[in-house]
Amino acid sequence: MRFEELDDLYHATILEHRRHPRNSDRLEDPDITADGVNPFCGDEIHIQIALDSEGRVSRVGLQGVGCAINQATGSMLSDAIQGKTLDEVAALSRSFNDLMTGGPHSDGLGELTTLESVRQFPIRIKCALLAWSALDEGIEDYAPARSR
Amino acid sequence: MLDSGKIREDFPILSKKVYGKPLVWLDNAATSQKPRSVIQSLVDYYEGYNANVHRGVHALSIESTDAFELARQKVADFIHADAAESIVWTRNTTEAINLVANTWARDNIGAGDEILLTPMEHHSNLVPWQKVAQENGARLKFIPMHEDGTLDLENIDAIFGPRTKLLAIVHVSNSMGTINPVKELAARAHAVGAMVLVDGAQSVPHMPVDVNDLDCDFLAFSGHKMLGPTGIGVLYAKRDVLEEMDPFLRGGEMVLEVWYDRATWNALPMRFEAGTPNIADAIGLGAAVDYLQALGMENVRQHEVELTGYGLKRFEELDEVVVYGPQNPDVRGGAILFNAADIHPHDLGTIMDRQGIAIRTGHHCTMPLMRTLGVAATARASFYVYNTTQEVDTLVDGLKEALEYFAHEVRGA
Repeated sequence: MRFEELDDLYHATILEHRRHPRNSDRLEDPDITADGVNPFCGDEIHIQIALDSEGRVSRVGLQGVGCAINQATGSMLSDAIQGKTLDEVAALSRSFNDLMTGGPHSDGLGELTTLESVRQFPIRIKCALLAWSALDEGIEDYAPARSR
Repeated sequence: MLDSGKIREDFPILSKKVYGKPLVWLDNAATSQKPRSVIQSLVDYYEGYNANVHRGVHALSIESTDAFELARQKVADFIHADAAESIVWTRNTTEAINLVANTWARDNIGAGDEILLTPMEHHSNLVPWQKVAQENGARLKFIPMHEDGTLDLENIDAIFGPRTKLLAIVHVSNSMGTINPVKELAARAHAVGAMVLVDGAQSVPHMPVDVNDLDCDFLAFSGHKMLGPTGIGVLYAKRDVLEEMDPFLRGGEMVLEVWYDRATWNALPMRFEAGTPNIADAIGLGAAVDYLQALGMENVRQHEVELTGYGLKRFEELDEVVVYGPQNPDVRGGAILFNAADIHPHDLGTIMDRQGIAIRTGHHCTMPLMRTLGVAATARASFYVYNTTQEVDTLVDGLKEALEYFAHEVRGA
Protein backbone atom coordinates (compact mmCIF):
# COMPACT_ATOMS: atom_id res chain seq x y z
CA MET A 1 0.00 0.00 0.00
CA ARG A 2 1.51 3.30 -1.06
CA PHE A 3 -0.57 5.65 1.08
CA GLU A 4 1.13 5.40 4.46
CA GLU A 5 0.62 9.11 5.07
CA LEU A 6 -3.11 8.62 4.53
CA ASP A 7 -3.32 6.05 7.30
CA ASP A 8 -3.27 8.88 9.84
CA LEU A 9 -6.18 10.62 8.16
CA TYR A 10 -8.12 7.41 7.73
CA HIS A 11 -7.31 6.00 11.14
CA ALA A 12 -9.02 2.66 11.87
CA THR A 13 -11.16 4.33 14.55
CA ILE A 14 -12.34 6.94 12.06
CA LEU A 15 -13.23 4.33 9.44
CA GLU A 16 -15.03 2.24 12.01
CA HIS A 17 -17.21 5.21 13.02
CA ARG A 18 -17.88 5.98 9.37
CA ARG A 19 -19.12 2.45 8.72
CA HIS A 20 -21.10 2.18 11.94
CA PRO A 21 -22.24 5.68 12.90
CA ARG A 22 -23.51 5.92 16.48
CA ASN A 23 -26.85 7.41 17.53
CA SER A 24 -28.10 7.76 13.97
CA ASP A 25 -31.82 7.46 14.78
CA ARG A 26 -33.65 10.76 14.51
CA LEU A 27 -35.13 12.02 17.79
CA GLU A 28 -38.76 12.96 17.41
CA ASP A 29 -38.98 15.14 20.53
CA PRO A 30 -35.69 17.03 20.79
CA ASP A 31 -35.07 20.05 22.98
CA ILE A 32 -32.33 21.26 20.68
CA THR A 33 -31.92 20.83 16.95
CA ALA A 34 -28.84 21.81 14.99
CA ASP A 35 -28.26 21.64 11.26
CA GLY A 36 -25.09 22.35 9.33
CA VAL A 37 -24.41 22.53 5.62
CA ASN A 38 -21.13 23.14 3.87
CA PRO A 39 -22.18 25.03 0.74
CA PHE A 40 -18.90 24.30 -1.04
CA CYS A 41 -19.08 20.53 -0.87
CA GLY A 42 -22.73 19.85 -0.02
CA ASP A 43 -21.99 17.99 3.21
CA GLU A 44 -24.87 18.01 5.71
CA ILE A 45 -25.25 17.26 9.37
CA HIS A 46 -28.45 17.14 11.44
CA ILE A 47 -28.37 16.87 15.23
CA GLN A 48 -31.19 16.42 17.74
CA ILE A 49 -30.58 16.61 21.49
CA ALA A 50 -32.90 15.75 24.38
CA LEU A 51 -32.09 17.08 27.86
CA ASP A 52 -32.97 15.55 31.21
CA SER A 53 -34.50 17.46 34.12
CA GLU A 54 -31.06 18.62 35.23
CA GLY A 55 -30.27 20.05 31.83
CA ARG A 56 -27.86 17.27 30.86
CA VAL A 57 -27.78 15.65 27.45
CA SER A 58 -29.79 12.46 27.77
CA ARG A 59 -30.24 11.38 24.18
CA VAL A 60 -28.68 12.37 20.84
CA GLY A 61 -29.73 11.79 17.25
CA LEU A 62 -27.28 12.59 14.48
CA GLN A 63 -27.68 12.11 10.72
CA GLY A 64 -25.29 13.26 8.06
CA VAL A 65 -24.33 13.11 4.43
CA GLY A 66 -20.70 13.51 3.66
CA CYS A 67 -17.17 12.25 3.68
CA ALA A 68 -15.55 9.86 6.14
CA ILE A 69 -14.10 12.66 8.27
CA ASN A 70 -17.43 14.48 8.52
CA GLN A 71 -19.34 11.29 9.31
CA ALA A 72 -16.85 9.97 11.83
CA THR A 73 -16.60 13.30 13.65
CA GLY A 74 -20.38 13.47 13.94
CA SER A 75 -20.57 9.93 15.24
CA MET A 76 -17.87 10.57 17.87
CA LEU A 77 -19.52 13.84 18.83
CA SER A 78 -22.83 12.09 19.43
CA ASP A 79 -21.14 9.78 21.93
CA ALA A 80 -18.95 12.42 23.54
CA ILE A 81 -21.65 14.86 24.57
CA GLN A 82 -23.84 12.29 26.34
CA GLY A 83 -24.49 13.17 29.99
CA LYS A 84 -22.88 16.62 29.73
CA THR A 85 -24.44 19.97 30.59
CA LEU A 86 -24.66 22.48 27.75
CA ASP A 87 -21.81 24.45 29.28
CA GLU A 88 -19.69 21.31 29.32
CA VAL A 89 -20.67 20.61 25.69
CA ALA A 90 -19.64 24.13 24.72
CA ALA A 91 -16.31 23.66 26.49
CA LEU A 92 -15.78 20.36 24.68
CA SER A 93 -16.50 22.08 21.38
CA ARG A 94 -13.91 24.78 22.14
CA SER A 95 -11.41 22.10 23.06
CA PHE A 96 -12.03 20.25 19.79
CA ASN A 97 -11.65 23.49 17.84
CA ASP A 98 -8.33 24.04 19.61
CA LEU A 99 -7.26 20.52 18.66
CA MET A 100 -8.04 21.23 15.00
CA THR A 101 -6.30 24.59 14.94
CA GLY A 102 -3.21 23.40 16.76
CA GLY A 103 -3.87 25.24 20.00
CA PRO A 104 -3.61 23.84 23.52
CA HIS A 105 -6.54 21.56 24.23
CA SER A 106 -7.82 19.67 27.24
CA ASP A 107 -7.30 15.94 27.64
CA GLY A 108 -11.02 15.18 27.84
CA LEU A 109 -11.51 14.60 24.13
CA GLY A 110 -11.26 10.81 24.25
CA GLU A 111 -11.27 9.15 20.85
CA LEU A 112 -11.89 12.53 19.22
CA THR A 113 -8.13 13.03 19.51
CA THR A 114 -7.70 10.51 16.68
CA LEU A 115 -8.93 13.35 14.43
CA GLU A 116 -5.83 15.39 15.28
CA SER A 117 -4.23 13.94 12.15
CA VAL A 118 -6.73 15.86 10.00
CA ARG A 119 -4.54 18.90 10.71
CA GLN A 120 -2.01 17.47 8.25
CA PHE A 121 -4.70 17.90 5.56
CA PRO A 122 -5.72 21.54 6.09
CA ILE A 123 -8.37 21.46 3.36
CA ARG A 124 -10.20 18.74 5.28
CA ILE A 125 -10.34 20.52 8.68
CA LYS A 126 -13.69 22.03 7.75
CA CYS A 127 -15.04 18.48 7.34
CA ALA A 128 -14.23 17.81 11.00
CA LEU A 129 -15.62 21.12 12.22
CA LEU A 130 -19.00 21.09 10.44
CA ALA A 131 -20.82 19.08 13.12
CA TRP A 132 -19.28 21.09 15.94
CA SER A 133 -20.10 24.49 14.49
CA ALA A 134 -23.66 23.31 13.84
CA LEU A 135 -23.84 22.13 17.46
CA ASP A 136 -22.52 25.49 18.72
CA GLU A 137 -25.21 27.34 16.78
CA GLY A 138 -27.92 24.97 17.96
CA ILE A 139 -26.96 25.55 21.57
CA GLU A 140 -26.73 29.30 21.04
CA ASP A 141 -30.22 29.37 19.53
CA TYR A 142 -31.52 27.32 22.44
CA ALA A 143 -29.99 29.42 25.21
CA PRO A 144 -32.22 32.52 24.86
CA ALA A 145 -35.32 30.35 24.67
CA ARG A 146 -34.20 28.66 27.89
CA SER A 147 -33.86 31.96 29.77
CA ARG A 148 -37.30 33.24 28.77
CA MET B 1 -5.08 13.29 -31.59
CA LEU B 2 -3.22 16.48 -30.80
CA ASP B 3 0.50 16.24 -30.10
CA SER B 4 0.01 16.65 -26.36
CA GLY B 5 3.66 16.00 -25.63
CA LYS B 6 4.59 19.09 -27.60
CA ILE B 7 1.66 21.13 -26.26
CA ARG B 8 2.67 20.34 -22.69
CA GLU B 9 5.99 22.12 -23.20
CA ASP B 10 4.03 25.36 -23.60
CA PHE B 11 2.48 25.06 -20.12
CA PRO B 12 5.05 25.77 -17.38
CA ILE B 13 2.81 24.49 -14.57
CA LEU B 14 2.56 21.00 -16.08
CA SER B 15 6.14 20.21 -15.11
CA LYS B 16 5.26 20.81 -11.47
CA LYS B 17 5.41 17.97 -8.96
CA VAL B 18 2.71 17.51 -6.32
CA TYR B 19 3.74 15.48 -3.26
CA GLY B 20 6.71 14.40 -5.36
CA LYS B 21 4.51 13.06 -8.17
CA PRO B 22 3.98 14.61 -11.61
CA LEU B 23 0.91 16.84 -11.66
CA VAL B 24 -2.00 15.23 -13.51
CA TRP B 25 -4.40 18.10 -14.12
CA LEU B 26 -7.90 16.69 -14.67
CA ASP B 27 -9.87 19.62 -13.31
CA ASN B 28 -10.15 21.50 -16.57
CA ALA B 29 -13.89 22.05 -16.33
CA ALA B 30 -13.16 24.15 -13.23
CA THR B 31 -10.28 26.03 -14.80
CA SER B 32 -7.67 25.37 -17.44
CA GLN B 33 -3.93 25.87 -17.18
CA LYS B 34 -2.25 28.70 -19.12
CA PRO B 35 0.30 28.52 -21.91
CA ARG B 36 3.44 30.65 -21.72
CA SER B 37 2.14 32.93 -24.50
CA VAL B 38 -0.86 33.95 -22.37
CA ILE B 39 1.28 34.55 -19.29
CA GLN B 40 3.76 36.51 -21.41
CA SER B 41 1.00 38.69 -22.88
CA LEU B 42 0.15 39.87 -19.35
CA VAL B 43 3.79 40.64 -18.62
CA ASP B 44 4.16 42.44 -21.96
CA TYR B 45 1.15 44.61 -21.18
CA TYR B 46 2.20 45.58 -17.67
CA GLU B 47 5.87 46.07 -18.59
CA GLY B 48 5.39 47.62 -21.97
CA TYR B 49 2.16 49.58 -22.47
CA ASN B 50 0.04 49.67 -19.31
CA ALA B 51 -2.46 52.54 -19.77
CA ASN B 52 -6.19 53.04 -19.47
CA VAL B 53 -8.18 52.49 -22.64
CA HIS B 54 -10.41 54.79 -24.70
CA ARG B 55 -9.22 57.88 -22.84
CA GLY B 56 -5.79 59.28 -23.37
CA VAL B 57 -4.21 60.79 -26.44
CA HIS B 58 -0.80 59.54 -25.42
CA ALA B 59 1.14 56.74 -27.03
CA LEU B 60 0.62 54.08 -24.35
CA SER B 61 -3.14 54.62 -24.20
CA ILE B 62 -3.37 54.26 -27.95
CA GLU B 63 -1.33 51.08 -27.79
CA SER B 64 -3.37 49.56 -24.96
CA THR B 65 -6.67 50.51 -26.62
CA ASP B 66 -5.55 48.87 -29.86
CA ALA B 67 -4.51 45.66 -28.10
CA PHE B 68 -7.71 45.62 -26.02
CA GLU B 69 -9.94 46.03 -29.07
CA LEU B 70 -7.90 43.58 -31.10
CA ALA B 71 -8.58 40.98 -28.41
CA ARG B 72 -12.29 41.72 -28.74
CA GLN B 73 -12.07 41.16 -32.49
CA LYS B 74 -10.22 37.87 -31.93
CA VAL B 75 -12.97 36.64 -29.62
CA ALA B 76 -15.65 37.74 -32.10
CA ASP B 77 -13.91 35.83 -34.89
CA PHE B 78 -13.48 32.81 -32.63
CA ILE B 79 -17.24 32.37 -32.19
CA HIS B 80 -18.01 33.66 -35.71
CA ALA B 81 -19.82 36.77 -34.50
CA ASP B 82 -20.60 39.28 -37.23
CA ALA B 83 -19.16 42.23 -35.34
CA ALA B 84 -16.85 42.99 -32.42
CA GLU B 85 -19.62 45.27 -31.08
CA SER B 86 -21.47 42.09 -30.11
CA ILE B 87 -18.75 41.16 -27.63
CA VAL B 88 -19.18 42.60 -24.13
CA TRP B 89 -16.40 41.96 -21.60
CA THR B 90 -17.55 40.64 -18.25
CA ARG B 91 -15.74 38.99 -15.35
CA ASN B 92 -16.97 35.51 -16.23
CA THR B 93 -19.95 33.47 -17.44
CA THR B 94 -21.89 34.17 -14.26
CA GLU B 95 -21.61 37.92 -14.67
CA ALA B 96 -22.57 37.68 -18.35
CA ILE B 97 -25.77 35.81 -17.44
CA ASN B 98 -26.53 38.23 -14.62
CA LEU B 99 -26.13 41.08 -17.09
CA VAL B 100 -28.89 39.64 -19.27
CA ALA B 101 -31.07 38.81 -16.24
CA ASN B 102 -30.78 42.36 -14.91
CA THR B 103 -31.38 44.11 -18.23
CA TRP B 104 -33.16 42.30 -21.04
CA ALA B 105 -35.00 39.81 -18.82
CA ARG B 106 -36.03 42.35 -16.20
CA ASP B 107 -37.59 44.51 -18.92
CA ASN B 108 -39.07 41.83 -21.17
CA ILE B 109 -40.30 39.00 -18.97
CA GLY B 110 -43.63 39.61 -17.27
CA ALA B 111 -46.19 38.00 -15.00
CA GLY B 112 -47.18 34.53 -16.17
CA ASP B 113 -44.31 34.31 -18.66
CA GLU B 114 -42.10 31.24 -18.72
CA ILE B 115 -38.32 30.86 -18.59
CA LEU B 116 -37.35 27.47 -19.96
CA LEU B 117 -34.31 25.73 -18.44
CA THR B 118 -32.86 22.22 -18.17
CA PRO B 119 -32.32 20.15 -15.01
CA MET B 120 -28.55 20.21 -15.60
CA GLU B 121 -28.01 23.98 -15.38
CA HIS B 122 -25.03 25.25 -13.43
CA HIS B 123 -26.12 27.47 -10.53
CA SER B 124 -24.98 30.42 -12.64
CA ASN B 125 -27.71 29.73 -15.20
CA LEU B 126 -30.39 28.98 -12.62
CA VAL B 127 -30.15 31.31 -9.63
CA PRO B 128 -30.30 34.57 -11.69
CA TRP B 129 -33.51 33.33 -13.33
CA GLN B 130 -35.02 32.48 -9.96
CA LYS B 131 -34.67 36.17 -9.11
CA VAL B 132 -36.27 37.28 -12.38
CA ALA B 133 -39.12 34.83 -11.86
CA GLN B 134 -39.71 36.01 -8.29
CA GLU B 135 -39.56 39.71 -9.09
CA ASN B 136 -41.53 39.66 -12.34
CA GLY B 137 -44.02 36.95 -11.47
CA ALA B 138 -42.67 34.61 -14.14
CA ARG B 139 -42.35 30.84 -13.92
CA LEU B 140 -39.33 28.55 -14.34
CA LYS B 141 -40.01 25.50 -16.45
CA PHE B 142 -37.64 22.58 -16.98
CA ILE B 143 -37.22 20.37 -20.04
CA PRO B 144 -37.36 16.77 -18.77
CA MET B 145 -34.21 14.65 -18.75
CA HIS B 146 -33.55 10.95 -19.37
CA GLU B 147 -31.64 8.91 -16.82
CA ASP B 148 -28.52 9.02 -18.99
CA GLY B 149 -28.37 12.79 -18.68
CA THR B 150 -29.72 13.62 -22.13
CA LEU B 151 -32.80 15.78 -22.59
CA ASP B 152 -36.14 14.05 -23.11
CA LEU B 153 -37.52 15.83 -26.17
CA GLU B 154 -40.43 13.50 -26.89
CA ASN B 155 -43.05 16.04 -25.87
CA ILE B 156 -41.03 19.05 -26.84
CA ASP B 157 -43.93 20.65 -28.73
CA ALA B 158 -45.91 20.87 -25.53
CA ILE B 159 -43.00 22.46 -23.70
CA PHE B 160 -42.65 25.55 -25.87
CA GLY B 161 -45.69 27.81 -25.87
CA PRO B 162 -46.84 31.40 -26.27
CA ARG B 163 -45.76 32.17 -22.70
CA THR B 164 -42.19 30.97 -23.31
CA LYS B 165 -40.10 34.15 -23.30
CA LEU B 166 -36.62 32.76 -22.81
CA LEU B 167 -34.77 29.51 -23.29
CA ALA B 168 -31.67 29.60 -21.07
CA ILE B 169 -29.70 26.43 -21.66
CA VAL B 170 -26.28 25.00 -21.01
CA HIS B 171 -24.53 23.94 -24.22
CA VAL B 172 -22.33 21.29 -22.60
CA SER B 173 -23.12 20.14 -19.06
CA ASN B 174 -20.25 20.94 -16.71
CA SER B 175 -21.19 17.93 -14.61
CA MET B 176 -22.12 15.12 -16.97
CA GLY B 177 -20.66 16.37 -20.22
CA THR B 178 -23.99 16.12 -22.05
CA ILE B 179 -24.00 18.12 -25.29
CA ASN B 180 -27.46 19.62 -25.68
CA PRO B 181 -29.08 20.11 -29.13
CA VAL B 182 -28.99 23.87 -28.73
CA LYS B 183 -29.42 24.68 -32.41
CA GLU B 184 -32.65 22.66 -32.74
CA LEU B 185 -34.04 24.02 -29.47
CA ALA B 186 -33.14 27.58 -30.43
CA ALA B 187 -35.18 27.20 -33.62
CA ARG B 188 -38.16 26.01 -31.59
CA ALA B 189 -37.77 28.86 -29.14
CA HIS B 190 -37.65 31.42 -31.92
CA ALA B 191 -40.72 29.85 -33.53
CA VAL B 192 -42.75 30.86 -30.46
CA GLY B 193 -41.08 34.25 -30.22
CA ALA B 194 -38.77 33.39 -27.30
CA MET B 195 -35.17 34.48 -26.93
CA VAL B 196 -32.27 32.07 -26.46
CA LEU B 197 -29.37 32.35 -24.03
CA VAL B 198 -26.66 29.70 -24.24
CA ASP B 199 -24.27 28.99 -21.36
CA GLY B 200 -21.15 28.24 -23.36
CA ALA B 201 -18.73 27.93 -20.44
CA GLN B 202 -17.97 24.29 -21.31
CA SER B 203 -18.50 24.41 -25.08
CA VAL B 204 -16.61 27.47 -26.36
CA PRO B 205 -13.28 26.23 -24.88
CA HIS B 206 -13.66 22.71 -26.25
CA MET B 207 -15.36 22.67 -29.66
CA PRO B 208 -16.10 24.88 -32.65
CA VAL B 209 -18.95 27.24 -31.72
CA ASP B 210 -20.62 29.40 -34.34
CA VAL B 211 -23.19 31.84 -32.94
CA ASN B 212 -24.81 32.30 -36.34
CA ASP B 213 -25.18 28.58 -36.85
CA LEU B 214 -26.66 28.13 -33.36
CA ASP B 215 -28.70 31.29 -33.90
CA CYS B 216 -28.57 32.11 -30.18
CA ASP B 217 -29.40 35.61 -29.01
CA PHE B 218 -26.94 35.47 -26.11
CA LEU B 219 -23.85 33.36 -25.48
CA ALA B 220 -21.94 33.53 -22.19
CA PHE B 221 -18.50 32.08 -21.51
CA SER B 222 -15.36 32.49 -19.38
CA GLY B 223 -11.77 33.14 -20.40
CA HIS B 224 -10.12 31.09 -17.67
CA LYS B 225 -11.62 27.82 -18.87
CA MET B 226 -10.10 28.32 -22.34
CA LEU B 227 -6.43 28.86 -21.48
CA GLY B 228 -7.01 32.53 -20.66
CA PRO B 229 -6.64 34.45 -17.39
CA THR B 230 -9.24 34.53 -14.62
CA GLY B 231 -11.37 37.63 -14.28
CA ILE B 232 -12.32 37.98 -17.93
CA GLY B 233 -15.47 36.61 -19.48
CA VAL B 234 -17.66 37.32 -22.46
CA LEU B 235 -21.26 38.07 -23.22
CA TYR B 236 -22.05 37.77 -26.90
CA ALA B 237 -25.39 39.26 -27.90
CA LYS B 238 -26.97 39.89 -31.26
CA ARG B 239 -26.36 43.48 -32.15
CA ASP B 240 -30.01 44.51 -32.52
CA VAL B 241 -30.83 42.91 -29.16
CA LEU B 242 -27.95 44.69 -27.45
CA GLU B 243 -29.00 47.96 -29.07
CA GLU B 244 -32.40 47.80 -27.35
CA MET B 245 -31.08 46.84 -23.92
CA ASP B 246 -30.78 49.20 -20.97
CA PRO B 247 -27.30 49.49 -19.42
CA PHE B 248 -26.40 47.13 -16.57
CA LEU B 249 -23.81 49.00 -14.49
CA ARG B 250 -23.55 52.78 -14.77
CA GLY B 251 -20.64 55.18 -14.46
CA GLY B 252 -17.61 56.09 -16.51
CA GLU B 253 -16.84 54.64 -19.94
CA MET B 254 -20.47 53.64 -20.64
CA VAL B 255 -21.73 57.20 -21.17
CA LEU B 256 -21.82 59.50 -24.16
CA GLU B 257 -22.80 62.78 -22.50
CA VAL B 258 -23.47 63.52 -18.86
CA TRP B 259 -25.35 66.37 -17.16
CA TYR B 260 -25.98 66.72 -13.44
CA ASP B 261 -29.42 65.19 -13.78
CA ARG B 262 -29.11 62.80 -16.70
CA ALA B 263 -26.85 61.01 -19.12
CA THR B 264 -26.88 59.41 -22.54
CA TRP B 265 -25.29 56.12 -23.40
CA ASN B 266 -22.12 55.33 -25.26
CA ALA B 267 -21.99 53.20 -28.38
CA LEU B 268 -21.89 49.40 -28.24
CA PRO B 269 -20.31 47.54 -26.60
CA MET B 270 -18.92 50.21 -24.19
CA ARG B 271 -22.49 50.92 -23.04
CA PHE B 272 -22.25 47.68 -21.07
CA GLU B 273 -18.72 48.16 -19.76
CA ALA B 274 -18.90 50.74 -16.97
CA GLY B 275 -15.63 51.67 -15.31
CA THR B 276 -12.09 50.74 -16.25
CA PRO B 277 -12.28 47.29 -17.78
CA ASN B 278 -9.99 44.32 -17.15
CA ILE B 279 -7.57 45.38 -19.88
CA ALA B 280 -4.70 43.00 -19.21
CA ASP B 281 -6.83 39.88 -18.94
CA ALA B 282 -8.83 40.75 -22.05
CA ILE B 283 -5.54 40.95 -23.93
CA GLY B 284 -4.54 37.66 -22.29
CA LEU B 285 -7.75 36.05 -23.51
CA GLY B 286 -6.89 37.25 -27.00
CA ALA B 287 -3.57 35.39 -26.71
CA ALA B 288 -5.45 32.28 -25.52
CA VAL B 289 -7.72 32.47 -28.57
CA ASP B 290 -4.63 32.70 -30.79
CA TYR B 291 -3.29 29.54 -29.18
CA LEU B 292 -6.55 27.63 -29.65
CA GLN B 293 -6.95 28.84 -33.23
CA ALA B 294 -3.46 27.57 -34.02
CA LEU B 295 -4.43 24.12 -32.70
CA GLY B 296 -7.77 24.24 -34.53
CA MET B 297 -10.99 23.75 -32.60
CA GLU B 298 -11.99 20.68 -34.63
CA ASN B 299 -8.73 19.09 -33.49
CA VAL B 300 -9.34 20.13 -29.89
CA ARG B 301 -12.77 18.51 -29.99
CA GLN B 302 -11.45 15.34 -31.61
CA HIS B 303 -8.67 15.08 -29.02
CA GLU B 304 -11.21 15.19 -26.20
CA VAL B 305 -13.56 12.71 -27.90
CA GLU B 306 -10.68 10.24 -28.05
CA LEU B 307 -9.54 10.86 -24.46
CA THR B 308 -13.10 10.58 -23.14
CA GLY B 309 -13.79 7.46 -25.17
CA TYR B 310 -10.58 5.91 -23.88
CA GLY B 311 -11.44 6.95 -20.32
CA LEU B 312 -14.96 5.54 -20.47
CA LYS B 313 -13.60 2.28 -21.82
CA ARG B 314 -10.99 2.00 -19.09
CA PHE B 315 -13.59 2.87 -16.44
CA GLU B 316 -15.44 -0.29 -17.48
CA GLU B 317 -12.65 -2.25 -15.76
CA LEU B 318 -13.78 -0.81 -12.45
CA ASP B 319 -16.87 -2.70 -11.36
CA GLU B 320 -17.35 -0.53 -8.29
CA VAL B 321 -17.39 2.71 -10.28
CA VAL B 322 -20.65 4.25 -11.50
CA VAL B 323 -20.39 6.69 -14.42
CA TYR B 324 -23.12 9.28 -14.95
CA GLY B 325 -24.13 10.94 -18.19
CA PRO B 326 -24.23 9.79 -21.82
CA GLN B 327 -21.95 6.86 -22.61
CA ASN B 328 -21.23 7.75 -26.25
CA PRO B 329 -18.22 10.10 -26.41
CA ASP B 330 -19.45 11.54 -29.72
CA VAL B 331 -22.36 13.23 -27.96
CA ARG B 332 -20.64 14.35 -24.81
CA GLY B 333 -17.93 16.77 -23.77
CA GLY B 334 -14.63 15.86 -22.19
CA ALA B 335 -15.79 15.27 -18.63
CA ILE B 336 -16.40 11.99 -16.81
CA LEU B 337 -18.65 12.15 -13.76
CA PHE B 338 -18.48 9.19 -11.42
CA ASN B 339 -18.70 7.69 -7.98
CA ALA B 340 -16.49 4.90 -6.66
CA ALA B 341 -18.23 2.31 -4.48
CA ASP B 342 -19.23 3.88 -1.19
CA ILE B 343 -16.14 6.06 -0.99
CA HIS B 344 -17.29 9.62 -0.54
CA PRO B 345 -15.94 11.82 -3.37
CA HIS B 346 -14.02 14.02 -0.93
CA ASP B 347 -12.20 11.04 0.50
CA LEU B 348 -11.55 9.89 -3.06
CA GLY B 349 -10.33 13.38 -3.96
CA THR B 350 -7.83 13.38 -1.11
CA ILE B 351 -6.46 9.97 -2.09
CA MET B 352 -6.12 11.03 -5.72
CA ASP B 353 -4.53 14.31 -4.64
CA ARG B 354 -1.78 12.40 -2.82
CA GLN B 355 -0.97 10.75 -6.15
CA GLY B 356 -0.67 14.14 -7.84
CA ILE B 357 -4.02 13.78 -9.61
CA ALA B 358 -6.34 16.79 -9.46
CA ILE B 359 -10.00 15.92 -9.89
CA ARG B 360 -13.04 17.86 -8.80
CA THR B 361 -15.28 16.48 -6.08
CA GLY B 362 -18.60 17.72 -4.73
CA HIS B 363 -21.73 19.04 -6.40
CA HIS B 364 -20.02 20.93 -9.24
CA CYS B 365 -22.33 23.91 -8.70
CA THR B 366 -25.24 21.75 -9.83
CA MET B 367 -26.91 20.87 -6.52
CA PRO B 368 -30.39 20.28 -8.02
CA LEU B 369 -28.90 17.92 -10.60
CA MET B 370 -27.13 15.93 -7.87
CA ARG B 371 -30.50 15.53 -6.13
CA THR B 372 -32.04 14.38 -9.43
CA LEU B 373 -29.25 11.82 -9.82
CA GLY B 374 -29.91 10.75 -6.23
CA VAL B 375 -26.39 11.48 -4.99
CA ALA B 376 -25.03 14.08 -2.58
CA ALA B 377 -21.76 14.47 -4.41
CA THR B 378 -19.72 13.03 -7.26
CA ALA B 379 -16.19 13.06 -8.61
CA ARG B 380 -15.31 14.49 -12.01
CA ALA B 381 -12.31 14.15 -14.28
CA SER B 382 -12.26 16.64 -17.16
CA PHE B 383 -9.83 16.81 -20.07
CA TYR B 384 -8.17 19.42 -22.26
CA VAL B 385 -5.60 19.80 -25.00
CA TYR B 386 -2.57 18.88 -22.88
CA ASN B 387 -4.01 15.71 -21.36
CA THR B 388 -2.76 12.33 -22.55
CA THR B 389 -3.97 8.74 -22.58
CA GLN B 390 -1.14 8.01 -20.10
CA GLU B 391 -2.78 10.44 -17.69
CA VAL B 392 -6.09 8.61 -18.13
CA ASP B 393 -4.20 5.43 -17.23
CA THR B 394 -2.77 7.14 -14.15
CA LEU B 395 -6.29 8.16 -13.18
CA VAL B 396 -7.69 4.65 -13.55
CA ASP B 397 -4.73 3.11 -11.71
CA GLY B 398 -5.18 5.69 -8.97
CA LEU B 399 -8.85 4.81 -8.65
CA LYS B 400 -7.93 1.14 -8.34
CA GLU B 401 -5.53 2.02 -5.52
CA ALA B 402 -8.21 4.10 -3.78
CA LEU B 403 -10.77 1.31 -4.05
CA GLU B 404 -8.30 -1.15 -2.63
CA TYR B 405 -7.33 1.25 0.14
CA PHE B 406 -10.89 1.65 1.31
CA ALA B 407 -11.74 -2.02 0.87
CA HIS B 408 -9.65 -2.78 3.95
CA GLU B 409 -11.82 -1.71 6.80
CA VAL B 410 -9.45 -2.36 9.66
CA ARG B 411 -6.02 -0.91 9.37
CA GLY B 412 -3.49 -0.21 12.04
CA ALA B 413 -2.27 3.32 12.52
